Amino acid sequence: MSSLSSARLKRSIALHLFLTPLALIWLFPLWMMVVFSTMPDNGIFSPGIELLPHGNFIDNFNNLQRDTDFVGAIIISVCVAVTYTVLSVLLTSMAGWALARYQFFGKSVVVAIILGTITLPYAVVLIPQFIMVARDFKLANTWVALIVPPLFNSLGVLFMRQSFSMMPDDLFDAARVEGVKEWRIFVFIALPLARPMLAALCIILFLASWNNYLWPLLINSQPGSMTAPVALGTLIGLTKVSWGGIMAGAVMLTVPMLIVFVLLQRHFIAGIAAGAVK
Amino acid sequence: MRNRNATAYRFLTPYLLIFAIFWVWPIISSFLISFQATRTVPWRFAPGFNWGRLIGDPAFFNALKNTLLILVIQVPVMIALAMVMAVLLNSPLLKARGLYRFAFFAPVVVGEVAYSAVFRLMFSLDFGIVNKLLNSIGLPKVDWFSNVTPAMALIMIAVTWRWAGYNAIILLAGMQSIPDDVYEAATLDRVSKLKQFFYITLPLLKPVIVFCAVLSIIGTMQLFTEPFLITERGGPGGGTETLGLLLYRQGFRSLNFGYASAVAYTMAGLAIAITLVQLWLTREPK
Repeated sequence: MSSLSSARLKRSIALHLFLTPLALIWLFPLWMMVVFSTMPDNGIFSPGIELLPHGNFIDNFNNLQRDTDFVGAIIISVCVAVTYTVLSVLLTSMAGWALARYQFFGKSVVVAIILGTITLPYAVVLIPQFIMVARDFKLANTWVALIVPPLFNSLGVLFMRQSFSMMPDDLFDAARVEGVKEWRIFVFIALPLARPMLAALCIILFLASWNNYLWPLLINSQPGSMTAPVALGTLIGLTKVSWGGIMAGAVMLTVPMLIVFVLLQRHFIAGIAAGAVK
Repeated sequence: MRNRNATAYRFLTPYLLIFAIFWVWPIISSFLISFQATRTVPWRFAPGFNWGRLIGDPAFFNALKNTLLILVIQVPVMIALAMVMAVLLNSPLLKARGLYRFAFFAPVVVGEVAYSAVFRLMFSLDFGIVNKLLNSIGLPKVDWFSNVTPAMALIMIAVTWRWAGYNAIILLAGMQSIPDDVYEAATLDRVSKLKQFFYITLPLLKPVIVFCAVLSIIGTMQLFTEPFLITERGGPGGGTETLGLLLYRQGFRSLNFGYASAVAYTMAGLAIAITLVQLWLTREPK
């Protein structure tokens, strides 16, 4: 017995000896983001090795705000992400409910199309989407342009379909016998039961909107209509720019999401893992 | 389940409407645009115009080559790494599991712009922390941005850092759905842990691994932000230009929508081919 447990101990030590350096390497870019955001520019571009935070974050933030209206961009990003999340959760859970609980004409076609879009590159729709929104609808540089086109989301619908189809039939049938209308069953029985799944979906959707880059870069390119990642991206590559400022912006985009991740880790992981477990 | 066409479609309509306007029509439209000369007003139908140019365009083949190169190196390395992370995070011997999970999963929430900026700074030639650390252990500096090979390596390192944890989450969930008694039986039969991995975990996880691989391939195929921001528009001299970047350059810098649509459909063709391979790999044995 003692030899068994000493073998376990050795294995455990080997495991930690391997995993700890890997974890440190993985955390290193995030750590350096924080360190850079607190260093003056002449400190970032100096020959020494600096691995600990300094006290220059506020100055860096002021430099960033001088280079671009980052606070304005953050406000747009927050409003857009919140609106997008609410609308998208509504749309995807309604569609997921229909696919999970009703038999209807054309259902297999709808499911096949949704599955098909998972593996279709977004690049294929990008150009016509841009032409349509910018030229035909004349909606470039508006919030609508940022919120509406990305509302179609296939993994979210499949996730909600899965969640609703796992609920017992009796529950809904009992309500139907009482004469409760279908939309009330959905709103007052199904949605409250799906709360944990809705939380997971909300986090994933919010994050997707918050971090979205390519579409907002193309469609909202005017200063004053840019989202925060786009505003920050315009500074990368400029010659006369405060890198401490860029890093302060990166921290402001990242740290709130890391906090959400830590607080709601279980929902987060459930949302991502849902893609695979069918 | 009940047969109710009207009710079902009432729930589906808003979603399908968005889908029709912003996906179905664009899919058709970009196919049509790829057969048009779009730099004349009005656009005119010219079937061979863009596709003919594509076949003879060295910039296209350069982008295709770079994209495929990143694909065949980065995706397998990342999936293997994600597998290692998932197996080790799943080990009952692991202490402080939450900390390790945080370390590997945290990049999942980091936006492309934020991490591109950090990587650019970390890998800069003279003042980048990576070269300073290489120097301090006696290795020469690497010029990550002006030579093609290190620049490609940098793109692959960045993408792997960002996405390995994401795949590890999916693989870990797959592993945890394998019933414990399978392993208990194997342990009773004195099957080593390594053999258990190769003969139980891997085969049962195959559909999940293929799912991860396909998602990663589709994602990497459209790679845009990293070569756009980290290696400065696909530099050095187009050395890290990807199909995504070529599409951006043609479509939104040169406003050549027809040619960019042809590039987009090439990506779609590749994606369809890969999906078919996936379906073939995960087909039910008869």
